[in-house]
Amino acid sequence: MSEITPEVVRHLAGLARIDVTDAEVDRFTEQLGLIVDSAATLKAAVAGDVPATSHPIPMKNVYREDVVLESLSQEAALSGSADSESGRFRVAAILDEE
Amino acid sequence: MNSVVKLTALEQLEMLRSGSITSVELTQAHLDRIAEVDGVVHAFLHVNADGALATAAEVDRLRASGATLPALAGLPIAVKDNLTTIDEPTTAGSKILEGWVPPYDSTVVSKLRAEMMPILGKTNLDEFAMGSTTQFSAYGPTANPWSTDRIPGGSGGGSAAAVGAFMAPLAIGSDTGGSIRYPAAMTGTVGTKPTYGAVSRYGLIALGSSLDQIGPVARNVQDAALLHDVIAGHDERDSTSLPEDLGSMVSAATGGSLAGVKVGVIKELTGEGFQAGVSARFNESLELFKAAGAEIVEVSCPSFQYAIAAYYLILPAEASSNLAKFDSVRFGMRVTPEGNPTIERVMAATREAGFGPEVKRRIILGTYALSSGYYDDYYGSAQKVRTLIQRDFDAAFAKADVLVSPTAPTTAFKLGEKIEDPLAMYLNDIATIPANLAGIPGMSLPNGLADEDGLPSSIQLLAPAREEKRLYSVGSVLEKAHENVWGKRMIDFAPEVKAGA
Amino acid sequence: MAKAELMNYEQALEKFEVVIGLEVHVELNTKTKMFCGCRNDFGDEPNTNVCPVCLGLPGALPVVNKRAVESAIKIGLAIGCDIAPNGRFARKNYFYPDLAKNFQTSQFDEPIAFEGGVEVEVPSGNTYKIDIERAHMEEDAGKLTHVGGNTGRIQGAEFSLVDYNRAGVPLIEIVTKPVYGAGAEAPELAAAYVRYIREVVKALDVSEARMERGNVRCDANVSLRLHGAEKLGTRTETKNVNSLRSIERAVRYEIQRQAHILANGGTIIQETRHWHEDKGTTSAGRPKSDADDYRYFPEPDLVPVAPSKELVEELRASLPEDPATRRKRLQEAWGFSDLEFRDVVNAGLMDPIEETVAAGASPQAARKWWSGEIARQANAEGKDVSELNVTAAQVAELAALVEAGKINDRIGREVLSAVMNGEGNPGEIVSAKGLEVVSDDGALMAAIDEALAKQPDVLEKIREGKVQAAGAVIGAVMQAMKGQADAGRVRELIIERAGQ
Ligand SMILES: [Mg+2]
Ligand SMILES: [Zn+2]
Repeated sequence: MSEITPEVVRHLAGLARIDVTDAEVDRFTEQLGLIVDSAATLKAAVAGDVPATSHPIPMKNVYREDVVLESLSQEAALSGSADSESGRFRVAAILDEE
Repeated sequence: MNSVVKLTALEQLEMLRSGSITSVELTQAHLDRIAEVDGVVHAFLHVNADGALATAAEVDRLRASGATLPALAGLPIAVKDNLTTIDEPTTAGSKILEGWVPPYDSTVVSKLRAEMMPILGKTNLDEFAMGSTTQFSAYGPTANPWSTDRIPGGSGGGSAAAVGAFMAPLAIGSDTGGSIRYPAAMTGTVGTKPTYGAVSRYGLIALGSSLDQIGPVARNVQDAALLHDVIAGHDERDSTSLPEDLGSMVSAATGGSLAGVKVGVIKELTGEGFQAGVSARFNESLELFKAAGAEIVEVSCPSFQYAIAAYYLILPAEASSNLAKFDSVRFGMRVTPEGNPTIERVMAATREAGFGPEVKRRIILGTYALSSGYYDDYYGSAQKVRTLIQRDFDAAFAKADVLVSPTAPTTAFKLGEKIEDPLAMYLNDIATIPANLAGIPGMSLPNGLADEDGLPSSIQLLAPAREEKRLYSVGSVLEKAHENVWGKRMIDFAPEVKAGA
Repeated sequence: MAKAELMNYEQALEKFEVVIGLEVHVELNTKTKMFCGCRNDFGDEPNTNVCPVCLGLPGALPVVNKRAVESAIKIGLAIGCDIAPNGRFARKNYFYPDLAKNFQTSQFDEPIAFEGGVEVEVPSGNTYKIDIERAHMEEDAGKLTHVGGNTGRIQGAEFSLVDYNRAGVPLIEIVTKPVYGAGAEAPELAAAYVRYIREVVKALDVSEARMERGNVRCDANVSLRLHGAEKLGTRTETKNVNSLRSIERAVRYEIQRQAHILANGGTIIQETRHWHEDKGTTSAGRPKSDADDYRYFPEPDLVPVAPSKELVEELRASLPEDPATRRKRLQEAWGFSDLEFRDVVNAGLMDPIEETVAAGASPQAARKWWSGEIARQANAEGKDVSELNVTAAQVAELAALVEAGKINDRIGREVLSAVMNGEGNPGEIVSAKGLEVVSDDGALMAAIDEALAKQPDVLEKIREGKVQAAGAVIGAVMQAMKGQADAGRVRELIIERAGQ
């Protein structure tokens, strides 16, 4: 009953910006299918109005004062980049999406 | 081997304070031990001898000048390679970060530097801490010091093995679903996952942001407490960092009696599915609790049956988003396909080449769990299961002060086993995951050797949120009881490290 | 690309009902960014106002800027919204190189402000109620520079450069509900609404509100449906419209473009379109598709934003008067007629005139200069008056010179254009160019006698009571004086002469 098909896996890999080989697609389709099937039991478990928990330890209103902190130097900022030019990160041209 | 490395962290500190050894000597002894056995164990991804010795020399100089030093000054330590360090590479066990030297220190590493602890190096882990065996490290697996053809547990197998093989007296780990406690269980060491928010996550390369927590790895409870007290505390750089002080673990780890303490045994995490030798040792420890004056009660946590399924939706979902930043633009690997590709193609090719199979599997699963139309069924339901699990814990802690279970269903299995079977692999964390989902603290303690294979078995202690002191007080009592029974410490049963059969 | 065919505007409106929706992004003027302590100042050297957080480095964590939250609440209250007692941030996941983390930290189903509304007046004097769906907090992206190809444009670029100084700058996104019934005035209404939002955030002092600098940006949704039709038509979202003028033009353009397509049996593709100021057209961008699956989920690294009732009421009490009240107050204070005042508002001249009056000019004089010479110049250059090289103080100085009779209006206009050419302040220019009115009667008399010599009969006519005959001489004298004379004084002197 798994909804995981090779097409689904390819679509998801696209959303996640990962090239996948056919072999990977087959392997992931099978493995994700199993995981998703086991996850399907959850829906039944939480039938009825159970609130969601997104933070294990509930807190609220944690803020920073609007005070300037030290930034990185341009050199440090660019230090890890594969390619940079005139103080900016250099990347390949972008698909025409404007 | 200089036998000083076999001493506890506290004993080594006493020698430093009394001047019977210098920090340089102590640090060098550990570097020598690393040189001696890490070729076999492979606990370290990077060793920073110069940096460690420089800190050690500074400590010795200050000590000689009579300056007052931080409590753990001069004591060497190893750090899991998913915490950023400004002076050595931080890879998270992934090819995509090979050679990346961060321009900033994680908060925990800053605290270690302030404490003047020589940092020996960065330890191995499953790529981005996704795994329970350390076999998913892009830089090769770590071996279990007890039997080098077996897994050391994961994701923090490197930190556990480094401490277990006497390459470091203490280490830093991170625990998202058991990554501190499970390796501790596999290597006969002690590991604590504090309450969510008790230790700052700033600079910890995020896996599951709502689950991750940094904690101490040591060879006994007292040592773990020493490190716990150094790294815990509020950090304004982490919005989820707890504002309150949870007290001193060292002062809690004093042994003594358990009179009036209720120890709850989690029905769903005992018996069926647990290796016989593991269960046998577990039941013996219950007797030791009684002998120490504790009352044993059984508690039931029915929702735990959904914990793994919920965890393997929440974690991949958060991870899929956390790992999106690895795109070749600002840091890390860049793979440029043939022709003149667009940035989209470069990103996809880089992520294909830079991420290992388990990471891709979880990113794609998490992308699915969050994608429109599936959110409510998967991520949404999983977050509700979290509530059920918290309610189970609330009910259980109404009956007991601490909860106990084996940390892991089995002892360490062979490297290579289960590697293509994610579901089987995910069962390793069945006992540790609920604590992460609920945000409560947990500790794994050595619990004697399993009869079947003579490998370490383990016991897990769980306490209510913010009550980690209970783990240290109850843990130190059990540890002393064990040492009385065994006549020595668990770690002393460890065979000398040798290449696996 | 080929220029789209357009239907005549009036025809389009006969056939179709226009529905618009507006998304306005307001950049806050906080000292620091939304989630880190880096300077909120992206004009600096590239990648110097960045840190592990806004660069999206592994391990970094966000912490919310308190002032940004308070600004968001103020804006929400000022546009009549309710403030959520428990709002949350969410991650909007999509890959783009200007988005450091490849997700934007924004708000999804729990915005800080929701369900508001504002009254907006258009040039005709009609007012429309615009319902606000929500206002939420989010972060800006970095700046991409496309290099190579037809430079600056993304098409054909060889590579791109990224500066993250702007990444993480706090934004408030204000989203309206669909706006019906504006008909032919829909384009004016869109512009008037954005002007209104600008006035609000300026009055609140939460943003510099300079559209030309991108402090206020508008995305305009436009859809058409046949009159009486139930179902909404397919909408397009026109982006990167960054002046009030272009908003009006862009909406009008989309109405005509869509009308042509629909009238010819075509269908509208739901897509983002990009406004091209130069050509006055829009072009298709990315089609909106299922591929836009942003996988929103609550940001686990941040905790809920739960403003107390006390805080909300405290901020409500601190709100300045709303634009409508302010307009009423200023119109009365200035004594402008409704027509005069509406023109002022629609030309966006309220602020400059207020500043000019504050600098000492009379309201009428301030209005005369701003809505006359300066507005004309702005239109000619297709700019906002705020972009021209003239300040309220300079206009006030100019008005004072005229008031004192040191120069007349004609010279005044000359001085003003000199000011706009950056030649200095009015006073300096007048003296530098020797434009001051000749008030030396001797010089004037000489010129008058010269003129009278040429027209001897004039004095006689005046004596006979035909005073208007002086006009001929006045003209001649003014000419001789190159205009730098006070015509009134010249007239007096001529009549004196006639009396002798
Ligand atoms: Mg937005
Ligand atoms: Zn920053």
